[in-house]
Amino acid sequence: MSIAPAIDPVEAVKKAFSTAVLDVDYFRDETTIIIDPAQLPAIIRFLRDTVGLIYNYLSDISAVDYWDEEGSYEDRLGRFGVSYHIYSMLYNRRLRVKVFLPEENPTVPTITSIFPAANWLEREIFDMMGITFSGHPNMKRILMPSDWDGHPHRRDYPLGYETIQFSFNIEEIMKHKPFAKE
Amino acid sequence: MVADAPKTFQLDMSQWQGSLDELRGLVSERAMTGETMLLNMGPHHPSTHGVLRLLLELDGEEIVSCLPDVGYLHTGIEKNIESKSYEKAVTLTDRMDYLSPMSNNMVFCLAVEKLVDLDVPERAQVIRVICLELSRIASHLVWLGTHAIDMGAMSVFLYAFRERELILDMFEMLSGQRMMGSYFRPGGVWRDLRPEFLPALRHFLDIMPGRIADYERLLTNNPIWIDRTQGVGIIEPDVALAWGVSGASLRASGVNWDIRKAMPYSGYEAYEFNVPLGEHGDVYDRYMVRIEEMRQSLRIIEQAIKRLDTAKGGFRSDNRKFVPPPRTELGQSMEAVIHHFKLWTEGFSAPDKEVYVSIESPRGEIGCYLHGTGGNKPRRVHFKTPSFMHIQAIPVMAEGHMIADLVAIIGSVDIVLGDCDR
Repeated sequence: MSIAPAIDPVEAVKKAFSTAVLDVDYFRDETTIIIDPAQLPAIIRFLRDTVGLIYNYLSDISAVDYWDEEGSYEDRLGRFGVSYHIYSMLYNRRLRVKVFLPEENPTVPTITSIFPAANWLEREIFDMMGITFSGHPNMKRILMPSDWDGHPHRRDYPLGYETIQFSFNIEEIMKHKPFAKE
Repeated sequence: MVADAPKTFQLDMSQWQGSLDELRGLVSERAMTGETMLLNMGPHHPSTHGVLRLLLELDGEEIVSCLPDVGYLHTGIEKNIESKSYEKAVTLTDRMDYLSPMSNNMVFCLAVEKLVDLDVPERAQVIRVICLELSRIASHLVWLGTHAIDMGAMSVFLYAFRERELILDMFEMLSGQRMMGSYFRPGGVWRDLRPEFLPALRHFLDIMPGRIADYERLLTNNPIWIDRTQGVGIIEPDVALAWGVSGASLRASGVNWDIRKAMPYSGYEAYEFNVPLGEHGDVYDRYMVRIEEMRQSLRIIEQAIKRLDTAKGGFRSDNRKFVPPPRTELGQSMEAVIHHFKLWTEGFSAPDKEVYVSIESPRGEIGCYLHGTGGNKPRRVHFKTPSFMHIQAIPVMAEGHMIADLVAIIGSVDIVLGDCDR
C-alpha cells in the first residue's frame, strides 16, 4: 500500500477556499494560516479529510489577547487570536490555523463535531478569554467557579494581589479581608 | 421491651434550591425522572488521584454517563507567567505536573529557546535526556503504586515509592530540591552534574531492572489483577485519536506515536530504544506499555551516560545575551557584570511571535504555546496538558462499566490534577 504524497497545506487551502485565507506566516519552521473565522469548521474538516493532508490529531487550541495600554492590537486583524494546532501523524508535520476575532462579541464556530477533543479546550478558552464558540454543546466555565466575574486571561484583567500585613496596619487590613460567614 | 421498628429514611427535599435543568442534555433523560441515580464521586475520593469530581449517572452499579468536573486545583500559573520574565517563569512550570516537573521545565525551556532561537550545547542536551528519563521512571512508579493500591495490591505501592526515593535523591543532588528543582533553564541546565550523581545513577541502573521484574512478578500474571484489568476501559485507536488521547494511553490502543521518535528534541534521534505498543487498548495494555517504557528509559539513560564523555560544550549555552555568565567571570570582566545585571533585572527580550512546542511527557503530549511581546515578558503562555485531554476521555472509556472498573480506568490513564487545572 502506498501513501499519497504530501501536498502543501497553504496551497491546498488557498485553492479550495479562495476567499478564506487572509494571510500566511512562516516563523521558525512553523506555518500559520490566518483564515476567516466563518469558514473555520469547513477548513479544519478539509485539512483533516483531504488526501495528502490528513491532519488527524488536534493538539491544542490556544487563545491570545493582543490588548495593551497603548491599544496596539489596532494594527492587527482583531483583538483576540485563536490558534488551532493540528498534527498529521501520517506526514509527521504540524500546522497552525489561526483566526482573529473582534473585541465586541468575539464568536467563532465550534469544531467539536470534527474533533471531539475540542470540547474542553474551547470551554477553557471561553472561561479564560470570553470567546464564545457557537454551536458548542456545553458552553460553560470549566476551570473557574461558575459564578466568577470576568475572564482572567484577558490582558486588561489585573493579576491581583493581597496587601501585606505589617504590625502597624494589621487591624486595618483585617477589616477588608473576605472571611466565610458564620 | 419491644425494640422500635426501624425508621424508614426519608430525604427532606423541601429546602433544596437546585435544579436538574442544567444537566439536561449531559445526562440521559432517565435521570430527570429519577429512574437512574446521580452520584458524586470526589472531589475528595482516594481513587480520583487528586481533586477530580465525577458526576456519575448510575443504573444500579452500571455507569450510564459520567461527567468529569475539573478546576479545583486551578492556580492561574499561565496568568502568573505573563507577569514574569522568561527565566523566572521556569519555577512556576514545576508546579503544574508535580510528578514530573522536569518535563514541564523542558517544554517551557524548549519553547523559549525556539522563540529566541537559542542553541543548547550537546552536553546540556544529554543531561536533560538523563533527567527526563529519570522523571519518566519516577512518574511511572507513582502511577504504578497508586494504580495498584486502587485495585487492592498494597505492597506494590511501598516498593514503587522505595525506588522513586532513589530518583528523588538524585534530583536533590542535581538541583538541591527533591521535586520542584527548576533544574532546566533556557539555554541548558542550572549547573553541571555533581560528582556524586553518576555513581548514584549507576547504582540505580544496576538495581532497577530487577525491581521492575519484582513488580511484574506481583502483578502481570496475577489472576486478580488480570480479572480486574483485561477488557476494562477499552478505547479504540480512532476514538482515542479523536479525543486527543496521547502518550502511553494512546500507544496501548496500538497507535505508534511517540514524539521522541516522531519529532525528536534534545538529541533523542541519537538514542536507540523501542516504543512499546498495546493491542486492545484496555487497562491491562496501558499497564504493560508503561512497565516496558520504564525498561526503555533505563536503556536510554545507559546510552546517555556513555555520551556524556564525548558530548561537546558546557552544561549551558555561552550566548551571554540569554544565559548569565558564571560567577567566576564577574570579578574579571566588565561585560560579564553588565550581562549579569541586565539578565537578573529585566531578563531578555523575545520577538512578538508565536511558537508551539510539544514533548513526550510521562503522561503524553505536553505542549507549550508561547507568544512573545517583543519585551521581556510573554504575552500568552498556554500549556496543552495530557491530563486535561485524558480526563475528558474518561467518560468514553467508563460508560457501561461498574464503579469499581471506573477506579481502574482513572488509575490507568495516569492523570495528575495539577497538570489538568494548571
